[in-house]
Amino acid sequence: MELSGSEIIIQFLKDEGVEHIFGYPGGAVLHIYDAIQKQDDVKHILVRHEQGASHAADGYARATGKPGVCLVTSGPGATNAVTGIATAFMDSIPMVVITGQVPSHAIGSDAFQEVDAVGITRACVKHNFLVKDLNKLAETLKKAFYVATTGRPGPVVVDIPKDITAPHIKIPYHYPENVKLRSYNPNFKGHPRQIKRAVDLLLNAKRPMIYTGGGIILDNASDELRTFVRKLGYPITQTLMGLGAFPGTDPLFIGMLGMHGTYEANMAMHECDVLICIGARFDDRITGVTSKFCPYAQIIHIDIDPASISKTINADIPIVGGAGQVLSEMNKLLDKTELGINKAALDGWWKTIKSWQAQNSFAYAQSKDLIQPQAAVEELYKVTKGDAYITSDVGQHQMFAAQFYPFDEPRRWINSGGLGTMGFGLPAAMGVKLAFPDKDVACVTGEGSIQMCLQELSTCLQYDLPVKIINLNNRYLGMVRQWQEFFYEKRYSHVYMDSLPDFVKLAEAYGHVGIRVDHPDDLNAAMTEAFKLKDRTVFLDIITDQEANVYPMISAGKAHNEMDLSPLQQEIQASLKAKGELV
Amino acid sequence: MRHIISLLVENEAGALSRISGLFSARGYNIESLTVATTEDQTLSRMTIITVGSDRIIEQISKQLNKLVDVVKLQDFTEGNFIEREMMFVKVRAEGDSQRAEVKRLSDIFRARIIDVTDTTFCIELTGSGDKLDAYIKSMHENNIIEVVRSGSMGILRGEKALTL
Repeated sequence: MELSGSEIIIQFLKDEGVEHIFGYPGGAVLHIYDAIQKQDDVKHILVRHEQGASHAADGYARATGKPGVCLVTSGPGATNAVTGIATAFMDSIPMVVITGQVPSHAIGSDAFQEVDAVGITRACVKHNFLVKDLNKLAETLKKAFYVATTGRPGPVVVDIPKDITAPHIKIPYHYPENVKLRSYNPNFKGHPRQIKRAVDLLLNAKRPMIYTGGGIILDNASDELRTFVRKLGYPITQTLMGLGAFPGTDPLFIGMLGMHGTYEANMAMHECDVLICIGARFDDRITGVTSKFCPYAQIIHIDIDPASISKTINADIPIVGGAGQVLSEMNKLLDKTELGINKAALDGWWKTIKSWQAQNSFAYAQSKDLIQPQAAVEELYKVTKGDAYITSDVGQHQMFAAQFYPFDEPRRWINSGGLGTMGFGLPAAMGVKLAFPDKDVACVTGEGSIQMCLQELSTCLQYDLPVKIINLNNRYLGMVRQWQEFFYEKRYSHVYMDSLPDFVKLAEAYGHVGIRVDHPDDLNAAMTEAFKLKDRTVFLDIITDQEANVYPMISAGKAHNEMDLSPLQQEIQASLKAKGELV
Repeated sequence: MRHIISLLVENEAGALSRISGLFSARGYNIESLTVATTEDQTLSRMTIITVGSDRIIEQISKQLNKLVDVVKLQDFTEGNFIEREMMFVKVRAEGDSQRAEVKRLSDIFRARIIDVTDTTFCIELTGSGDKLDAYIKSMHENNIIEVVRSGSMGILRGEKALTL
C-alpha cells in the first residue's frame, strides 16, 4: 500500500485502534487535515483552543485507559497544548500529541508559526520525536505509542514537519506491529525475594497501613488491590489520584490522606508501624513535612518507576514493578503462607482508628439560607447515585468533590492532581463523555476555573457531548482566598471575582441549558433537573457560601498528626476528649 | 561527594539537551560533561562529573536511566577506574629566561609544547583534574593568556567495560 505521510498518520492511528483524536487545524497540519477529511474511521473532535484538545485527550485516556491522541499545528498550536501535556505528564497519563512543524528546510529560520516544539516540550514529556524522514514516520508513531503506554505512562510528542506529510510523496506502508528501543525496557516484574520480604513484614505488623495512588488505576490493578486489602483486613488510604481503585464506601477505606485528607487517615499514617505504598510517590501534598513523616513505620514502596523510590521518603523494602503484578504475587504468597496476621493487634489498631473516625473530620456547619459547597457535592452524589464520572478543576471545589463524592470504581474521578491545572475539568469531561456517551459525566468546578477553558462549551454543542457543569460559585478564588485568610491575615489580594458573567445566559448563548440555584431548598430540584436533561449540556450555577473553607488541613511544615480543624470540628474533638473517647 | 558517571547515549539530536536539561530542571550540579561518538556511530559516550549527597546522586542516576535516549549508565566512583582530562594552555613566553622557565615547568608536568611563537607557547597537558589545577597554579598568573579544558573522561580498569 503506497501512502503519503498524511495518509500514513491516519492509517496508522486506525491500525493502532485509535477512534478519536482531538485537535485544531493550522498551516503546518493542512495536509493531515485533508487526509482526515477523506475518511471516517478516525473521528476528529474540533476543540476551541489547543489546551482543550490536550485536556480532552487526557480525560479520555484517564477514563478509558487507552492513550489519548491530539493533533495541533505548529507554533501557537503547540505552545497552547503545552499546559495539557504538562498536566498529563505530572499525572503519568498516556497520551500522544502530534504537532505540525514548519517544512524541514525552514526549521531554524524563524519561519511563520515556528517554535522548537521538541525543545519546548522536552521538560514535560516522557519522550518526544522530530520526524526527519518519511520512511521512519510509521515506526516513530509506533514508538510514541509504545513509550506513552508502557512502564510509567506519560505523554509523548511527535513533531512532524509539513513536507513529511506532503500528499504527492507516497511510500509503501506497513503497520509496525512491534518496535524495539534498546534504551527503553521498563521493568514490570517485582523481585520475588523483595516481595517475600514485604509480605513477611506486613504479616508481622501491629499497626499496618496501606497507602495507594494513581499507579493502581494506571496499571488496572484495582481487582488485585481489592483482593489484597480484603485478605489482610488492613486499613487503606488513597491519594487524590488513587480514589476509586479501592471502593470509597468500603469500611476498610479510611479516607483520602494528605493536606485535606481525613483526620483518621492522617493519624493512622503517623502512628502506623508498617506502611506499604503502592503506586504513589510521596508527593508533598501527601507527606506534610518529611522529617516528621511516619516516624514509627518501616516502609515498603512498590512503584514501576525506580526514580520514584526513595526520592523523598526512604524505602526500607523497595520493589520496582507493576502494581498489578506485584499485588498478585503478594496475594499468592498470602494464600500460601502459614504466618497469620496479628489479629489481636489488628483489632486494637482498628479500635484506635474508629476513635479517630468519630472525629468526623469532614463535618461542616449546615446553613438554612446559604448553600454550603459540601452540600452541593453531597447532592450531586445522591442524584447520580454515586455512579457518575466526575471531572474537576483545581481549588476548593476539587477538594470538596474528593471529600464528599466517594468513588467505588477506578477511572471515575478525573482531576489534575500533580500539576493542579485550572481549566482542566470541562475539556476533560468532554473526553470522558465521548468515551462513555451513556454515562453521567459531571464537571465540578468553580467560577474561576471554568472561565479558563470556557470556550469548550461550543465543542460540547457541536459534538453532542452533554456534560453537566456543577459550578460552585463563591465569587472568590476560593483556595487562594482560604490561604490568604489563614496565612496572610485576611488580606484578600486579587481573589474576588467581580464582573462575573451571567452563567445562565452564557450557557444559553452557547446553546445549552443554564440553571441558577442560590437556596439550599432548591438544590435537589435543580440538580435532579440537570441530570434529567440527558441530552443537554447543563450549566448548574450554584451560588455558595462565600467563605466556606476546606477542612481539615495540614499546613506547611506540619505533620500528619498536626491537622488544623474547623471550629465545628474542634467542638467535636473537645467533646470526644471530654468523654475520653479520642485516642 | 564528587561522582563520575559514564553513559552510553543514543547518538541522536536532542540527546545532549535532554541530559543537560535534566540537570538544570532538577537543580543538580554539573562540574563537567564530555561527549563524543564511539566506535559505534549510533552511540555517544558521555562522562559527567557531578557533586551531591548520596540521595541526590542516586536520583541523578535513576533520572538519567529513565531518559529514553540513555542506553546504559554506570557510576564509576566506587569502582576502579581511570580518569583523565586534557588541557591547552596558552602562555606568554618572552625572553630566554621566561621561555626556559615555562619549558622546564612543562617538562616536570610531562606537558608538551604544541605551538610556538616569538612571544607565546601553547602547551598540551593530560592528567587528573588536580594535576591540571597544579600546573595552572605553578604558572605565573600574569603569564596565562588562555586555558581550555576538556572536562574529565573516565574508563574502567581491567576487563570490565561499559559496553552494550
